[in-house]
Amino acid sequence: MKHIITILVENEFGVLTRITGLFSARGYNIESLNVAPTTDESMSRMTIVTYGEENVIVQIRKQLQKLIPVIKVENLTEHAHMEREMIVIKVQANENSRAEVLRMADVFRARVVDVSESSYSLELTGKSNKVSAFLRMLTPHGVIEMTRTGSVGMKRGSEGF
Amino acid sequence: MKLTGAQIFVECLKREGVKHIFGYPGGAVLPIYDAIFYENEFEHILVRHEQAALHAANGYARASGRCGVALVTSGPGATNAVTGLADSNIDSIPTVCFTGQVPSHLIGSDAFQEADIVGVTRSVTKHNFLIKNVEDMAKVIRQAFYIATSGRPGAVLVDIPKDISLQSCEFEYPEEVHIRSYQPASLADVDDVLEAATLMAQARRPMIYSGGGIMNARGSAALLTKLCQTYRFPVTNTLMGLGGVPFDDEHFVGMLGMHGTYEANMSVSHCDVLIAVGARFDDRVTGKLSAFAPDAKIIHIDVDPASISKIVKADVALIGDVKLVLEQLLTALAAQDFSHQQEALNMWWHQIDHWRAKKSLSFVQEPDAEVKPQYVIEQLHQQTKGNAIVTTEVGQHQMWAAQLYGVRKPHRFITSGGLGTMGFGLPAALGVKKACPDATVIDIAGEASIQMNIQELSTAMQHNLPIKIAILNNSFMGMVRQWQQMFHGSRYSHSYSDSLPDFVKLAEAYGGVGLRATTPQEVREVIAQALAINDRFVLIDFVVSKEENVYPMVPTGAGLHEMVLA
Repeated sequence: MKHIITILVENEFGVLTRITGLFSARGYNIESLNVAPTTDESMSRMTIVTYGEENVIVQIRKQLQKLIPVIKVENLTEHAHMEREMIVIKVQANENSRAEVLRMADVFRARVVDVSESSYSLELTGKSNKVSAFLRMLTPHGVIEMTRTGSVGMKRGSEGF
Repeated sequence: MKLTGAQIFVECLKREGVKHIFGYPGGAVLPIYDAIFYENEFEHILVRHEQAALHAANGYARASGRCGVALVTSGPGATNAVTGLADSNIDSIPTVCFTGQVPSHLIGSDAFQEADIVGVTRSVTKHNFLIKNVEDMAKVIRQAFYIATSGRPGAVLVDIPKDISLQSCEFEYPEEVHIRSYQPASLADVDDVLEAATLMAQARRPMIYSGGGIMNARGSAALLTKLCQTYRFPVTNTLMGLGGVPFDDEHFVGMLGMHGTYEANMSVSHCDVLIAVGARFDDRVTGKLSAFAPDAKIIHIDVDPASISKIVKADVALIGDVKLVLEQLLTALAAQDFSHQQEALNMWWHQIDHWRAKKSLSFVQEPDAEVKPQYVIEQLHQQTKGNAIVTTEVGQHQMWAAQLYGVRKPHRFITSGGLGTMGFGLPAALGVKKACPDATVIDIAGEASIQMNIQELSTAMQHNLPIKIAILNNSFMGMVRQWQQMFHGSRYSHSYSDSLPDFVKLAEAYGGVGLRATTPQEVREVIAQALAINDRFVLIDFVVSKEENVYPMVPTGAGLHEMVLA
């Protein structure tokens, strides 16, 4: 089952490698990983999307917590949470398909970021499955290139991390 | 007061109370070696290979209760230390290793003797640091010792670029260490302690299984012994936990696991409550997991939350310092009623005595036949009255030593458990001797393992460390050969120790005493002779029967209850 794990770490040299090294050394999966500093610049927040049986997920959490620069770990999947991912996608758009690509962008509430004679570059933010659906709908038109951020997320409600 | 980085290094070590460091100089650590040239508060022991510095620091840490410290240079010095770091870390031995690094401006340029040692050792250390500013030196060293020695101890590496050692700054020693992201557990949850105590009082076939955690929590061995004596609970030790209870205590059923005793493995297989104390359910201990303690509720005491339910699911987890948790548990047990348990315990002990009667470690030494390796261990035990501190290499001799030496007290059996590092025992023995100069220190070795760090005989001479080295010489990498015999159709692929040196001459060449025994009578004589020599090291070449196997044995993939007796 898919789990979204969010981690608060010291914003220091090598911390990303410690986390990814842990996943590879112990044979855990990483589907996506996102990292950036927080409002407190001494800390970074990471979001990792991973797959595994319940006992593996529990171990992932404990092993992460055991790393010295890891301040806090939470499995968002255990809570009511928000989840967002962004995609930027460059799609072929010829005379016949331009209108249809734009219509699809409108349906998914994507934004047009760049236009050329033969392509559109679109940006969409949403839950991972929505992003995947958008990608699936555009694929028949010819995807020139695309990039996704992987999910970020947090718990719902007024409480902080 | 302004000090150079190298001077700060020396000051910090003194304030940490360091008395001995093990090391080897080289280009990138020259400023530090210069700073320790006139140092009297701690002694530097020059090893002959950086791996040995780490193993010596490991043995020293375990015998003394202090943190082991090593100092090596960049590049090859640092990479040579990697095995020793991995060994300390997997056995949770507090060790800090300082490595020199090329000057900061050359890092990443493939400079002479450059290795990204922080990158290399990330997965074999508890934590590691690269010092980027001389102002961070004192704080990082303080944190390194704190991390290495607290919680579940381990290996910490501190990489110091040469220019940082030479730069100066105002020296301020941080009295307090606080790392916001690192707070090791101390006391267990009170409700969990109560639940464990209740479970123990209701048990009909209780069993205690203790490991290296008892050694790390100094003073906890006495509590463990009290626990099993007060409540008449049987107790088994892991390889790392030997000495947790005295070998001759009637509650002790021997080591468990692959080469454990029949009674230990059968007791674990049939118990209804298993109390794991500072142990981590290693695969050499559990055998086939589905057959491990199948009817037991598991109580797991450990300082490392990640050890809980990693391999075997714990029904009750007591996370905290093993000594403090045992104190909590003993208090909670005192309030329990054990009177209903006594009849069940009598039956349980009756059953265990029945298993014991198999005498699974017995062997026969014919007076005029080849020397059995087990006989050498038995004689070492008898003539030292079980009071030596034993280190071992890795292989058959290690298992025979664990089975038969008979460890009376904690911190007296020092072996490479998790990593299984051949070449560990000799340098470790040097560290032990440095920590306990009055103790008889014996490295029980094989003729293959001893050659992996044989150069340390030179260290033993230079630093006047009169250890004993007992080589069980069967001309084979014995454990490899045993597995080839059992599982690979007796095809002894590259496991014969060909072209062996004359160990007696070798010992003499290094300036020590070399002895040899080829008959049981000579075994007794040379051991007495060796024990009487205290002014230099003694190496004994025991020529033993070549194809003796270690029994009993749980074949790989089998359950503990399926062990083979012979």
